[in-house]
Amino acid sequence: MNTEAATATQNKSQDGSKPLLEVSDLNVYYGQSLIVRGLSFKIFPGQAVCLLGRNGMGKTTTLKALMGLLRDCTGNITFDGIPITHYPPHLRACAGIGYVPQGREIFPHLTVEENLLIGLESVPTKERVIPEFVYELFPALRPFLKRLGGDLSGGQQQQLAIARALVAGPKLLLLDEPTEGIQPSIIIEIEEAISRIQKEWGVSVLLVEQYFEFAQSLADYFYLMENGSLIMEGLTGQMDEEKVRSHLSV
Amino acid sequence: MTLLFDSLFNGISIGTVLLMAALGLAIVFGLMGVINMAHGELMMLGAYTTFVVQNVFRQWGDPWRDFYIFPALVAAFGVAALVGLILERAVIRFLYGRPLETLLATWGVSLILQQFVRSVNWVLALRLGVFGLLFFGGWWLLAKRVDWPRIKGWVLTLLLVLSTAIGTVGGRLLAQTYALAVTQPWFGAQNRDVTAPRWLRGGIPVGQLFLPNTRLFIISLTLVCILGLYIFLQHTRWGLRIRAVTQNRAMSACVGIPTQTVDALTFAIGSGLAGVAGVAVSLLGSVGPNTGQNYIVDTFMVVVVGGVGKLLGSIVAALGIGIANFLIGSGTLALIFPGVPILTDTLNFFATTSMAKVMVFALIVVFLQFRPRGLFPEKGRTVDA
Repeated sequence: MNTEAATATQNKSQDGSKPLLEVSDLNVYYGQSLIVRGLSFKIFPGQAVCLLGRNGMGKTTTLKALMGLLRDCTGNITFDGIPITHYPPHLRACAGIGYVPQGREIFPHLTVEENLLIGLESVPTKERVIPEFVYELFPALRPFLKRLGGDLSGGQQQQLAIARALVAGPKLLLLDEPTEGIQPSIIIEIEEAISRIQKEWGVSVLLVEQYFEFAQSLADYFYLMENGSLIMEGLTGQMDEEKVRSHLSV
Repeated sequence: MTLLFDSLFNGISIGTVLLMAALGLAIVFGLMGVINMAHGELMMLGAYTTFVVQNVFRQWGDPWRDFYIFPALVAAFGVAALVGLILERAVIRFLYGRPLETLLATWGVSLILQQFVRSVNWVLALRLGVFGLLFFGGWWLLAKRVDWPRIKGWVLTLLLVLSTAIGTVGGRLLAQTYALAVTQPWFGAQNRDVTAPRWLRGGIPVGQLFLPNTRLFIISLTLVCILGLYIFLQHTRWGLRIRAVTQNRAMSACVGIPTQTVDALTFAIGSGLAGVAGVAVSLLGSVGPNTGQNYIVDTFMVVVVGGVGKLLGSIVAALGIGIANFLIGSGTLALIFPGVPILTDTLNFFATTSMAKVMVFALIVVFLQFRPRGLFPEKGRTVDA
């Protein structure tokens, strides 16, 4: 870790609870090249954490490794007390991690309703009912239930992707640039929804962003990533704006 | 009018056989994108299963022998699905996303299956059984040991050699003791005949037409299969999982779907349908090791013309190709244009079964020049998403 940037603060829990997600010394490779270098961080229950950084710094790669999509990695990932380092993606989902990937990746040929039902796959119950809170968070989805997911606009698809991750009631929500390419009015809706999920229901959120403002308004704690390593961390409230901005601007 | 109805019925009955054969492939190739050259051999296995079930029921005498076809359908689905499952777990799952390797590997499997039905006898069956039991049983037992990863390599080699040796020796002993009784091949290289049950032999006369019962049976069987498949894919949980995995495998895993199980199940269902098609095919002609090869090109053609990934496309394409085949092959087209000598002559030239196939394939090639993505290509926003 860069000594100049390493902040004195460490991510600590306010009430002494154990971290929900603990990543230690995570290295991720694409073939021969090391993309994520020795990453260690924590997320506590109910906390909203933002991973900031410019394009190509390894943020998305980190999320994919957390979800188990990239198998070429070393290090340890503990989620909710269980070592999940060797879990395949579907078991991580069943353990309580919801994932909203970059580019949304909804199922274009399934209806909106089926997309939401698919989100329930990680819950063991026989009951296949989409919980009502989804429509409360994203009222825009209800009129489109019978339409194909691929026919929705980008903003609606993003809402659908978040809703799909939420129906199973995850403990941790991974969001990969949820505002990318979306019109400002819908960004506000999404921001409100994420904020409610975290504050009212106590779902932890790991948000990956390259824009400062969105992260600042949502997250309690931030990590700044550059070239595959964390170079700065701290409470968002006490963030040194100038310094962080200098690392984010191209 | 009779001409129209006649062409339509014959065309549809050719088309439904094609469709029956292509239905499994529409899942395996269309939905999963796996080029399975052994699909025809799965049909062939289904046809041989029908032959075996028929012989068993024939021994049981009169009331039973006429109803072998229904248990044969179930058995053929089961056998083909099981072989398909083994094929997927043992070969194809290592080759997802590598179409060329899949094509070559499954082609090899198709040759193995053809030779297998030619030469299978009690000795071979016993050897395979003993080998499977010892090798996989030993693997299963030893894999529980703590130091398994370390000893895996040489234990598997040892098991392979040992179980092959024991199987071979056992087979030799059996062959020497009982000589002809166990070394006689079960089916041999010759074609075998499946006799349709009595109630399928006649036909229904409609006006001047005669509708053979076997054809009607195949048409209704196809309808039942399509309906069953549609309900399974659209209205069950496993159907939804299959559709999700075929659209986006990585994301499906991320929402908690066990994708490997879904792949295996999808492949098994596609293979099982090939087995059912084998029952239908066995009613039309004799059953031989090459039965499957007669259908493999046509079935791929149906899926490609229909538009890969679209069940409806496969249905329309199969019926279209079937009707075109009949119209050209029977010379019916020549009757429609009696006034134009050149056209009539040309059409008469193509009015044999094999030449009709040439013509149909030529038409398909032309068709694909204009609609390279088939009859029902993906449209709209969903294409980019």
